[in-house]
Amino acid sequence: MAINVSYDNIEVGQELPVFIRKTDFDNWNRFAAVNDEFISVHMDDEMARAMGQPGAIGMGNLRWSYLLNALRDWAGDEAEIVEMSVQFRGTNLKNDVLRTQAVVAEKKSENGKNFVVVNLDVLNQNDETTTPGTATIALP
Amino acid sequence: MTEKTSLVTQEMLECKGVWGNEKVSYPISESDIRRWAIAVYWPKTPPQLFWDAEYAKTTKWGGIVAPEDFNPFAWKVPTGEEGGLPFDLPGLIGGMILNGGTQETYLTRMRPGDVISSKLRLASWEEREGRSGLKLFSKYETEWHNQSGDLVKRTIGTTIQY
Repeated sequence: MAINVSYDNIEVGQELPVFIRKTDFDNWNRFAAVNDEFISVHMDDEMARAMGQPGAIGMGNLRWSYLLNALRDWAGDEAEIVEMSVQFRGTNLKNDVLRTQAVVAEKKSENGKNFVVVNLDVLNQNDETTTPGTATIALP
Repeated sequence: MTEKTSLVTQEMLECKGVWGNEKVSYPISESDIRRWAIAVYWPKTPPQLFWDAEYAKTTKWGGIVAPEDFNPFAWKVPTGEEGGLPFDLPGLIGGMILNGGTQETYLTRMRPGDVISSKLRLASWEEREGRSGLKLFSKYETEWHNQSGDLVKRTIGTTIQY
């Protein structure tokens, strides 16, 4: 049984390990393939430039997945991600190095279950915020 | 030019809270889940819970489950009868629309063999006067249920129009 963390050992202010990826067509095309998300602005530099972007941009949905990956990798298979909420800001350009940022903001027990609330973001290599949000995880 | 006093349309008033048509997924396969996990963890190996049935049996889930972000509605054969709202997003013509954020609540894990149904409604809206004029914040709610009627997830998406 993979239990990565237990509620009692977590402290408010604790930073979760980062999930980091250099993003380009290797990541985006695979995501487009599973999510059937073949949209020109994600697939084609010329088309993206015609739409006013510097080049093809990554999917907001993939940044959503990266945040869930970070939470899962930390919390383990026995945890349950209950809720996540984000805003999509900025764009993810080719060769950006995206890394998640997640900090425990609150611990709470409700109806016999233990939860942590985590403040989230996805930062690029210039430390610019792209996906601020929060998540709630039920822990063993 | 007369300034707009409201971006809310009659169509929105009539459709508020009314669920649109349901769409139904194909049955989820282990292969669908494995490929999704590979894509979102690329180029590293995804967690065993998403592809190793023997390991997954030893977890509290008792078998392979899908990642929370898994989309069973990708690659549907288009029939022209996809579920959605019974009207177009209001105010799109000539206006700007931005993604104001997404909130998802996860209730039941998706598993191989599950058939998911999805429905969408315009839940609520709020108009705010900002520096660049009147803005309309609309909340669209989506619910996914599995074949047993269990609520899989609820999504609240906010659009900003002006």
